[in-house]
Amino acid sequence: MTGMTLIVKRIARCVKSFIFLYGIYITLYGHLTPGGGFAGGVIIACSFILLILAFGKEKALERISKSLASELDSIGALMFLFIALLGILIGGSFFINFIQKNNPGQDFHLFSAGTIILSNIAIAIKVGSSLFMVFVIFAVLRVVKKGDKFEMIQTEMRDEE
Amino acid sequence: MEILFVLLILMIVGSIIALETKDLLAAVISVGTVGLTCSVAFLFLAAPDIAIVQVVVEVLVLVILIRATINRDTTAISGDREFFGMAVSIVLLFVIFIFGIKVFNDLPQFGQPIIALFSDAPSNTYISRGLKDTGAANIVSSVILDYRAYDTLGEATVLFTAILGALAILRSKARKKQKETGNK
Repeated sequence: MTGMTLIVKRIARCVKSFIFLYGIYITLYGHLTPGGGFAGGVIIACSFILLILAFGKEKALERISKSLASELDSIGALMFLFIALLGILIGGSFFINFIQKNNPGQDFHLFSAGTIILSNIAIAIKVGSSLFMVFVIFAVLRVVKKGDKFEMIQTEMRDEE
Repeated sequence: MEILFVLLILMIVGSIIALETKDLLAAVISVGTVGLTCSVAFLFLAAPDIAIVQVVVEVLVLVILIRATINRDTTAISGDREFFGMAVSIVLLFVIFIFGIKVFNDLPQFGQPIIALFSDAPSNTYISRGLKDTGAANIVSSVILDYRAYDTLGEATVLFTAILGALAILRSKARKKQKETGNK
């Protein structure tokens, strides 16, 4: 993939950071306004997918490589589980909202809902990196017709190992 | 509420076009129309959380599907339908339709959930005590990440396992085998 025309590249360069910021906003304010970790993570993944579509996958994989995305995926899932297990250690039961129980924040403020905001961040990291990886997998695969048969061909991909 | 019926008709028309058209790209685009209309319908039903997730996931899936269909040369599907399969599906649709009429007669009125009739139902507890218990102003996130966080953990696990399987099947290089000349 070599990317698209100059117009698309210029507009994508202007817009990509705003999409990324909007994803972070949706994630962080998930406990106050509509949205949440899942939607925010998908928007963050969309900003990187825009990079792949406009500039080609090499340029996007420079910023977040495949192995880094894979690590972030695992880190997000483990973070969510860790928050749940901290509930056992501090509050006494699985997934208990121990921060809100012990020192509740002011309602309708950013730092208010205890573990909910932390869980939102964990889910956003997990969903964003995993959906980005799904797109990378699909961008790498190509199906080519050879005679009557179809063959799956994988375009060359940088190996991080 | 009339706008909801317009949206529903649009969704049905979009799905029929997606099923019937021979062009793969047109089918993908009409699936996208169905998803977008569904998100607008959620917005009119006062469910902005679901609407945001629906529209965002729809965009992502549409981009992935368009890339998958453009790469393939199978843009046209040829061949007629079998008579037997057609007859079986029509009979099955008819049976499901008859059962559906019975089910829809027993459903409560639209917009009046049956759970609101019971004062000690869980959803009433979430609505009345959600802000006090969890401190989250958005009641949806207080349910999915506090009261029903097990479900969210299960969903995250499902996504994680799905990505793991896709990566294992579709990765570009097999994992390096143990060196045949080395320790064996």
